[in-house]
Parts: sequence; C-alpha cells; structure tokens
Amino acid sequence: MTRLKMAAHLSYGRVVLNNLREAARKELREFLDKCEGSKAIVWDEYLTGPFGLIAQYSLLKEHEVDKMFTLKEGHIPPAEVKNIIFFVRPRLELMDIIADNIRCEHKHHGPPRDFHILFLPRRSLLCEQRLKEQGLLVHFTHIEEYSLDLIPFDSDLMSMEAESAFRECYLENDQTILFSVAKGLMTLQALYGTIPQIFGKGECARLVANMMLRMKREFAGTQNQILPVFDKLLLLDRNVDLLTPLATQLTYEGLIDEIYEIQNTHVKLPPEKFAPKKQNESGRDLSNEPKKLQLNSAEELYAEIRDKNFNAVGSVLSKKAKFISAAFEERHNAKTVGEIKQFVSQLPHMQAARTSLANHTSIAELIKDITASETFFDKLTVEQEFMSGIDTDKVNSYIEDSIAQKEPLINILRLVCMQSVCNNGLKQKVLDYYKREILQTYGYEHILTLNNLEKAGLLKPQTSTRNNYPTIRKTLRLWMDDINEQNPNDISYVYSGYAPLSVRLTQLLARPGWRSIEEVLKMLPGPHFEERQQLPSGLHKKRQQGENRVTLVFFLGGVTYAEIAALRFLSQMEEGGTEYIIATTKLINGKSWIKSMMDKLEPSLF
Amino acid sequence: MAFVTASWNPFGDVFYRKFNLYSDWKMKEDLSNCLIAAAPYAGPIALMINGSHKERSPSLRPIMEIYSSSGNRIVSLPWKSGQVVHIGWTTNEDLLCIQDDGTVLIHDIFGTFKRHFSMGNEVLQNRVVDAKVFPTAYGSGVVILTGAFRFTLATNIDDLKLRRFPEVPGLLRPPTCWAVLMQDRQPKIVLATGKDVYVLDNASCTSVIPPGLGPQVCGFTQIAVSFNYKKLALFTDAGNIWMGSSSFKDKLCVVETNFKTAPKQFVWCDRPKSDNPTVVGIWDKLLVITGKTKETIKFYQDEDVHLVPEIDGVRIISSSNHEFLHEVPPACQDIFKIASMAPGALLLEAHKEYEKESQKADEYLREIKEQNLLFEAVQQCIEAAGNEYEPEMQKSLLRAASFGKCFISNFPPDTFVKMARDLRVLNAMRDYIVGIPLTYPQYKQLTIEILIDRLILRRLYPLAIRICKYMKISELQGASRILAHWACYKLLEYEPRSGEQVPLLLKMKRSQLALLKAIESGDSDLVYTVVTYLKNEMNRGDFFMTLQNQPVALSLYRQFCKHQEPETLKDLFNQDDNHQELGNFYVRSSYSNETTIEGRVAALQSAVDEYNKAKNEFAAKITEEQIKLLRYQFRLQKESGKTYLDLSLHDTVQALLLDSKHKQAEQLYKDFKIPDKRFWWLKISALAEKQDWEELEKFSKSKKSPIGYMPFVEICVKHRNKYEAKKYVAKVSPEQKVKGYIMVGDLEQAVETATERKNENELNIILSKCTAATDQSIVEKINRAKAQILKK
Repeated sequence: MTRLKMAAHLSYGRVVLNNLREAARKELREFLDKCEGSKAIVWDEYLTGPFGLIAQYSLLKEHEVDKMFTLKEGHIPPAEVKNIIFFVRPRLELMDIIADNIRCEHKHHGPPRDFHILFLPRRSLLCEQRLKEQGLLVHFTHIEEYSLDLIPFDSDLMSMEAESAFRECYLENDQTILFSVAKGLMTLQALYGTIPQIFGKGECARLVANMMLRMKREFAGTQNQILPVFDKLLLLDRNVDLLTPLATQLTYEGLIDEIYEIQNTHVKLPPEKFAPKKQNESGRDLSNEPKKLQLNSAEELYAEIRDKNFNAVGSVLSKKAKFISAAFEERHNAKTVGEIKQFVSQLPHMQAARTSLANHTSIAELIKDITASETFFDKLTVEQEFMSGIDTDKVNSYIEDSIAQKEPLINILRLVCMQSVCNNGLKQKVLDYYKREILQTYGYEHILTLNNLEKAGLLKPQTSTRNNYPTIRKTLRLWMDDINEQNPNDISYVYSGYAPLSVRLTQLLARPGWRSIEEVLKMLPGPHFEERQQLPSGLHKKRQQGENRVTLVFFLGGVTYAEIAALRFLSQMEEGGTEYIIATTKLINGKSWIKSMMDKLEPSLF
Repeated sequence: MAFVTASWNPFGDVFYRKFNLYSDWKMKEDLSNCLIAAAPYAGPIALMINGSHKERSPSLRPIMEIYSSSGNRIVSLPWKSGQVVHIGWTTNEDLLCIQDDGTVLIHDIFGTFKRHFSMGNEVLQNRVVDAKVFPTAYGSGVVILTGAFRFTLATNIDDLKLRRFPEVPGLLRPPTCWAVLMQDRQPKIVLATGKDVYVLDNASCTSVIPPGLGPQVCGFTQIAVSFNYKKLALFTDAGNIWMGSSSFKDKLCVVETNFKTAPKQFVWCDRPKSDNPTVVGIWDKLLVITGKTKETIKFYQDEDVHLVPEIDGVRIISSSNHEFLHEVPPACQDIFKIASMAPGALLLEAHKEYEKESQKADEYLREIKEQNLLFEAVQQCIEAAGNEYEPEMQKSLLRAASFGKCFISNFPPDTFVKMARDLRVLNAMRDYIVGIPLTYPQYKQLTIEILIDRLILRRLYPLAIRICKYMKISELQGASRILAHWACYKLLEYEPRSGEQVPLLLKMKRSQLALLKAIESGDSDLVYTVVTYLKNEMNRGDFFMTLQNQPVALSLYRQFCKHQEPETLKDLFNQDDNHQELGNFYVRSSYSNETTIEGRVAALQSAVDEYNKAKNEFAAKITEEQIKLLRYQFRLQKESGKTYLDLSLHDTVQALLLDSKHKQAEQLYKDFKIPDKRFWWLKISALAEKQDWEELEKFSKSKKSPIGYMPFVEICVKHRNKYEAKKYVAKVSPEQKVKGYIMVGDLEQAVETATERKNENELNIILSKCTAATDQSIVEKINRAKAQILKK
C-alpha cells in the first residue's frame, strides 16, 4: 500500500516514468535473490539518498535484508547474516575500505560468510583490479553492476544526481559521466522506444550522441519493437548557458532550493514556523529538530504552486485557505446520516489538504521574510541590471561593498561570474581587481577556486573587443521588460524578467526551428547538430489530432528548478504543441553549482 | 635465348644489366615535383607531392601518396600537418614524415596515422634544414640537420633517445654533402664542407683525408655510402670520384668523369662479394656507372628518375618504368656469356638438344662428364635459375639441372628442391597484386620470416598462410601467428562491442590500438584499464609520450594521479610545460604537504616561479604577497602569542584593529594596497564591535569618508547604539538621508527631509513604518505633505 502510494505521482504524466522505477526495482530484486539467505548491506553513504527514490527499506526487508551499515574502515558491525553485500560507486578509495573490512573479518575469524559487491551504476575493471592486487577478489561470490543511471524524481523529471558532473566535464576533461548519460538514455529507449530525432548543442552533447549511436550499433541485430514515446531528444551542454544557474531563482520551488536546498526531493526547514509536533512516546521535545518534508507532485497543492513566481503564490494560498475552511464548514450543512457519512469519507483528504496548506503557508512565510528584506532586493537589482546589460563593464560598487562586509563568498562569486558572463569576459583590470579583493578578504587559499572558475569560462578576461552578449540577449529575447508574474505569458516570469537561455533554445527548437537562429548558435560554445535514428517500419507514429509531441531535454552538467518550471510552463501552453520531459546529471542551483567548482585549501597543522 | 645477353653491358671483366621489373608500370606523378622515398627490399614507394602544382586543387595542400612496387596506388591523402622536409621508410615499412619543426609523423603502409614524436626543443627552435632516415642494428634511426648546423640523432625511433652531436668547428653554412654511417653499431656522420671532410660521432668530430686523392681537390659535392655501410664514394668539384672504404683507410680507385657539376643522385651499385663495385650517378637524365675499370656505362633515360640502392643493385624508378640495375651474377655470366664453355652452359645446351631429340645432347653431356664437372654444371644451373627474373628462363635452367642430375648417382636433392620452392615464392611475391619484386639475394638477406611479416602488413593473410604451409614453417611461427593477426584485423573491423574488443586487443599485445578503441568507446573504465596496462608494460618516457598524444587518456590519468600519485601529476605537467598547473600544484602542496613555515613559503615560491613562466602576472604577484603576509603573520604570532597565521589579509587587519594595534593595521593597509573603501569598512566595523564610539567618531572626522556616512549609521544600529548612529545621519547623502532617519527611529526628521525633497515615495515608506497608535501626529504630517506635493 505504502509502496504504491510512494510512486503514484510517477504514473500521472504523459510518459509513465514509473516503468523506469519498476524496471530498476526488478533488477534490484533479482540481484538480492541471487544472494540466498539473510543479508546485510554495507552502503556507500552517498548512494542512500538517491537510492531511497527507488526502493525503501520495506523492499529490501522482503528480500531478507536484516541489517544496513555505512561503509567505513575497520570492522563491519556484528550481524547474524549469511551475506554481506557492498553497495558502492566504482571508486578506488572505496575499494580500499572494502579491502580493509574484509581483512578485519579474516583476522578475527568471523563466521563464514559470502561477500558480494554491487557497483552503481557500473562495475569497473580498475576497481576489480585493485581488489585483485590485494588478493581479495577471490572472496567475492557475486560482483555485479546495478545500472541505475537515471532516477525518476517526478512525473516529468529524472536526475542522475552526480554532484561533480559539471566539474568533471568542463574542468577536468573527464567525460566518464557522459558514458553513463548515454547508457541511461539507452535504458530509457529500451523501455520507451527509440527516439527518432536527436538534437544537441555543445561538446558534451556531441559526445553523448556519438556514444548513443555507437551503442546502438553494438546492439545491431536486436531491433527495438516498442512504439516510440519520445519524439525528440535535445541534449544541452550546461556551458552553453552559464548565465541561468547564476541568477537567483524566483519560483516557489526555486526559492526553497536557493534558501534551504532540496536534496533528493526532500527539504529540511527551520521548525519554528511549523505547528509543534506531537511529543513522541519518550516525551522528548522534537521541536528543535528541523522539519523534513518531501516535495513532489504527489502533493496536489505543491504541484499547483511550485512553478509559480513567488509573488503569485500568496494569492493561491489564501484562495485555498478559504476553500478549505468552506469545505470544513460543510459539516454544519450535513444533516442526514448519508450526508454525514459522505463528509466523513472526504475527511482524510481534506485533512491532508489542510496540513499541506499549513505547511506551505509556513514555508511561504519563511521565504517572504527573506525576499522582503532590503539585502535580497539590492542583490536582485544588481543581478537584473547585469542581465539586462547595464554597467557590466566596470567594477560594481554593490559587489565591492559586499566584499568589504565579507558577505558569504559564494554569493560574491555568483555575482562576479554573472557580470563576467553578461559582459563576455571582464576587462583585465576589472577582473584582477575583483580577484585581488576576493583573495585579500576571503584568503589566498581560494586562488585555485578562482582558477577553476576561469577554466570553466565563468570568469574570464575579455579577449575580443566585441561583447556578443547583447546580441544574444536581443536575438533570443532573454530580457523581457513587461512581465506578468501572476498570469505569465512567457518563460521570463521564472526570473522576473530574465528568460533562461537554455529554455529559450528549447522553445525555439520546437518552433520555428534552430535554422532561424544559426548566427546566435555559432556564438555559443560547441557544435549544434541533428541526428536521426532509423525506426523499424511499422513503428512510425500516427499522431492523433491535437496530440502533443514529447521532447526529452537532457541538461548535461545540471539544471535548476526555475528552468524546469519554465519548461513545464511551455508544456502547458495551449498553442505549444510540445510536452517536455526533463533529465539531468544533477539538480543544481547557483550555490551548489559554484560550490562544486571550489577547491578549498586547508593548511596542515603545525 | 640467344638474346639473353642483349641487355648486358660489359664493364671490365663483368657485365651490368638493366631490366624492367613490371612491363606495365605507370605512376602518374612527375617525380621532379615531389619528395620521394622507396623502402629497400622491394618495398613501397611514398610520394609527397608539392601542393603548388598547377593542376592540383587550389588548396595548395600537399598530397601524400603510397604505391606498391608494382605501381599499385595504395593511398592518396591530402597532407594536413606541417611543412615536410624529408620522408623515409623504417625497416618495418612505416613511413616517417619529418616536418620542419622536428615533429616526425608515422604512418603505416595504408597511410593510416600511427603516432608522432618530436626531435626535441633544440630542433624545434632552430628548425630542420635536412634529415635522413637510416637503418640501424636496433631498428630505424632519424638524423636531423638543424638551422644551427648541428646534428640531432635518434638511433631507434621506438625507444627514443635524442643525441646531439658535437659541433663542427667553423661550420657556418650547411655542409655541401653528408651521409650517415654505422660502424660498430654506432651511428656516425660523414660530412664535407668545401675540401674538408669530417667524421662526427657521439663524442668527437674528426677531420679525415681520403687517401690517394691529389692536391687539386677544392671541394666535395656529393657523397655515397654503400648499402652495408662498408664503402664510401665522394664526388669532387673537379669531376673526380673517389671510391674507398668508409673508414677512409683504403682507396679503391679514383675515376675522372669530366662532369663539373655534382650528380643529382649518387649511389652505390654493389653486391656482396663483388670484385667490381660501382657507383651510379644521375646528371639530368643521364645515368652513369663508374668503377675501378676505365670504362663507364651510360644510359639515357627519357624522364626524371629516382635511384633506390638495394643490397645487390639499384632500383630505378620513373613515371613510366621501374627497372633493376645490377652486376650480372657470376652463375648467369658463366652460363650465358657468349661462347662460354662453362659446365653449366654446356649442360643447358645439352638439355636443349635433348628436348629437340638431337644426339648432340649426348656429345655435350659427355664433354662435361669427361672433365668430371657434371656436379658443378648442375649447381651452376640451379644458381643461375635463382638469379633470373623471367619464369621461362628459370624453368629452362631448372630443367637442365634436373636433366643433369639424372646422370649423377647420388646428387643431394635439397638444393634443387629448395631453389624450386624459393622461386615459387619469389614469383608469387613479384605478382602485380602483391608487388614485392625481390631478387634472390635480397630474399635470402631478408629471410622468409620477415617476408611473411610484410605480407601480414599488407593484410595478405591467405597468401601468407599458403606460403607458410608450402615452406613448412612451424604452426607457431607461421599459420597461427598469421591467424592471430588476421583475427585482430577482423576484430577491429567487425567487433563493435568495445567492452569485448579492448581486452582482446590487450591480450594480443596491440596496446596502442586498444587505447584508441577504448577512447572511441567513451568508457572511462576501459581507458583506465588500457592505461594501467601500458603503465606496467612501457618505460615511463614512452608511457608519457603515448599519453601525450591521447588527450582523453591523459586527463583520465591525471585524475587518477591526483588522488593516487600526486608526484606523477607533477611530472606530467612538467612534461608538457604546463606552468599554470605546476603553479597550482605547488600551491596545493604548500597547504597539504608542508608543515613548517619555511616549507610552505618555499612551495609558494616555486609556485611564483611557475606562474611567472606561465606569464600569469596576477597569480605570481598575489602569491608573492601571500608569502609576505605569511612571514608577517608568523612574526606577529611569535611576538604576541596570538594566532594570526592563515587569516586572510582582511581578517588580519581586523584582528589588529580589534587589538587596537592601529599602527600595524595602517601599515598592512599601505603595504598591501588595500583599497580605501574596504579599509574604511574594516575599520568602522572593528571599532563598532569594540564599542569604541569615541575612536569611531574621531575616525569619521579624520577625512571625508570614501564610503559615505550611511555605513556609520548602519554599523551603529547594528550594534544597537542609536544614540551614536544619530551623530552620522546628518552627514548622509540626501538620497539616503530618509532611510537613515528611519533607521535611527527619528521619523519626525525623516518626514521633514522627505517633505523638503518632495519625495512621495519616501513619504510612503515612512508611512509604512508608522504605527497608528503612537505616530498619529507624524501620519498627519505625512498626509499633509503628500497633499502639498499633489497640488503642485
């Protein structure tokens, strides 16, 4: 019952992503059943969050998983089980920990057990070699891979939750993740049919497309006989649009993420504004613990407001409040036993709605406290000036003052990077001034971080005299002066004026096509391309009148909630004709994104 | 048969002959407009055709073409790399293209790029003037003459060790001619500059004088070294040719030619154990053969030719002919010389009569028998058969031998059988499709095993296997080895699953290919697998070199090193002169590895040096400042006992200010050029934190604030001192004054200022701050002011 409820929201969409989840669960069950008898799982801690979206403890328990531990050096805690299974990412440092565990077991002559490794998402010869070198490979009965590449997050959203994907691809030239992207897309095609058209923009997009076509060749001979669900795949490099994640997201969900960070659809909030929880049995007061909520479209109210501009959320909430109290008032009108019975049957739903409303009213209040502050307003003003092209070529006094007051470094880096991106690089003098101010104020140890931002193209000296950002802005209509936050008519509502470049590219691809913006595409980094995949005859779709096309947009290097909101807005546009499903390597915001590129040096003690 | 000697040219006691290797040989290119190189042992011919050719496409790109020796064009490609100075073949039949920047590109016989390497920085800087590829005991070597007239040499391109030869004293121009010698497995260079001849080796430069050459010599203009490096010939500007040993100890002869200009090409035409070696020169289209006899042989060629020295003669390549010139082998001379009475000649004659069923056969036979020379006769015929190129001639000689054998009671059969087999192989090799027109001596020198390798190289797997079986070569050396190569080739062609392909390739020791395929697959794990394998198999230099050419593998290996072997990372950056990353490396190591202040500073100093080399002035300067700061903090820490180390400059100044060490703070502000604005921010926040309101006020009056006075108000309010805050509101700029008054809670003044400024917006803001209960009078004032503004 709970299990069904957990994933119900994945079954509502145009593409039933629950199939992907079910396929993943099936693979997991099969593996667990291979290891007969009672089991303990030793977890690579990073995996537990994303894994929770696929299977809860209940599933594991049904398959005789009695204990779960976190992977760390030394002894595996005692457990009366026949099997020990390591769930790990293929990383050498984790192999060394496993090796240590095994050696400890041997030294102390523990009870005879079977050891297994399940690699996520891919087994690795290099890792196995590492165990082999230490003579430990023979101790493992099963070494397998669990190709969990894309994890369904919502009815229209999948993520790989690979936190350093952007850094690896654009800073370290390590394209390992792209292989997983291609593999994930192959799995998706196995479930939802071959995607006939592939479009892309950027170096990584090109590589992924090449790998997909190559993998398809590898499977030559086995034709996919599933009627295609997706009409198009659009692969977008994050570095084609470096600007969007830097801007502060202004949708409800975007702001929650900006302020409280959503992790694997969960968020932890300060408890003060929430009704105190019931005291638990031990009588311990839990009110100081953060309030943890899951946020997804299973919650009706959340689905309605998450993608709205925050300024439009208040009115919805008050309307809802009136509606719910009216519904509760109904009970006075219920006279007959039948009417009362009917009322009671609706009660759980109404109560859930009331809790939901209370929660979101509290969250909205928390956010309002911040967005109404002068500091928030000032920062937003500077962002909007940059994005609309005002004074991007000189030292900005707001940034200067913020540094002088030692505002959090990430906020400073976000703004400076934004200025650089909106000016197609900063004058050497300006750039050096900022860098010097940052290093003097926050410490020299950030020099590598600055270097990383330069390597990623977020911070750069102006090379050509021509700043092409204004051309890009005008051609793609990235800045809209008249916006309607309450009843939007354009995607620019998600940033109250700025239309995310990535989503604009997506929109233009659907109509009128990229040929109309060839010039601008050339200004953006990386190649743009189109590939077609042959469908077996008989699988060509006959579209019903008024049936929308489905496009899968894959953001390589991360996507923000505001961009997702903008794409959902496009899906809902009546004349749009296209529905979007979104996939990414990681859900990001400006803060987590910049953080992933930081190299913090800490002195050794002496 | 009678015409066998028609193509013979007498030369002293011996004869030279020249014949076509292929009757319908045709190469479209005009040889005068390209670089040309032909591999010895009847190997392939490469052309680098100059791009400026009129008929070519206007792209001006040179074209690289490779032909088999039968004139079959294997490949034709536009050259996309740099300016090529010289081309040459290795002993493994790989084509080396040497560019003017010292880069050497390696292509296989099909024109597929294999790898490249560099002849070093010195060559890169001084450019390549001339180059040669030469066979050595270890494989193939490359020697470069640079623009500085120095020689850089590698004896084995598969184990690259660059050697720079010593300077030639007084060499200000390129030498007039030079050549490579191998003596005692050591490479040497013979060069002439004017009348001086030098021999260069690894350590020394020795002047030599060719013995027996008159004093009239003014200069040497051409040089030729024999195929086995034993003999050497020099051409003088007086038209003389000196021939002698390459050790310059013995003279063979000096020949006068009457040519004043140097020949375009000058090569030895020799064979093992020859008494009469010659040199061949080309002047325009005239081919001249000279040697110790007074005679010369001259051939007029119809077109430009290129000479390819072989172990037993010279190949002559032109657009429409591919010929072989050699001294007629002794066995053939004995048999075919006019009026020869040699036993072989008589046996051949006897057999001919026998075929005609003439009784003369018996007469000839008896004549041989009487001299007791039948054994020699058979031997001679077998040997001559090996040295004849035409199958018909081979057959008649072998038949004669077979005929002769019948009259010898126990002639050992193997020489005859062996020759028959060898000739079958040779004739198969000479086939147009295969295109390896080897002579018998070349074939013997090359060995059957290498010949099989060459067939494999040409992907002629079935032929190679048939030959192995025919020649009874063991399975291990022959068929199964060929099948492995075939399988490998097919694997590459038809196995699309890289996960299967790559480990197989590694097993077959095709590691370079495995790397390429792994990279193509995009699967990092596969790339890592190959990289780990290469790391264990190769020496470090080669390993790095391999990675250098594969950026994807290199960055993955860097990632690996970053976590597992940081020191190797440094070597990698060093290898490609990546000074920026080296700088970063030292910075990182200053933090994570060094535990003393000296160690940290030293590491940072190394970073400064690297950043300077990387021309990153900013990073160098800021790092220098960090060193200065660290030293200062260390001193401060020792003096005060408080912790200052690793605070940022900003925080150091703040800590000093909080400790009322104003003088030191000022000093840092000046030394590190902290901008005025930030210093003011720093100072006021520190003073406010200390609640040193008196000092704050003094400071506010010290000079005009670069940050205005609003920050003073804000900082006082932040520290809950509205009384102090009020002191500064009056000084706040008009635009912010209202905000200031609101902040200190003086709504009265706020209204007054806003009214003065006639600013409705500000009035509204004040209104929003009013509470109906307490601020009744203010609300009224605001409303009045608003009405006033509206009226106007």
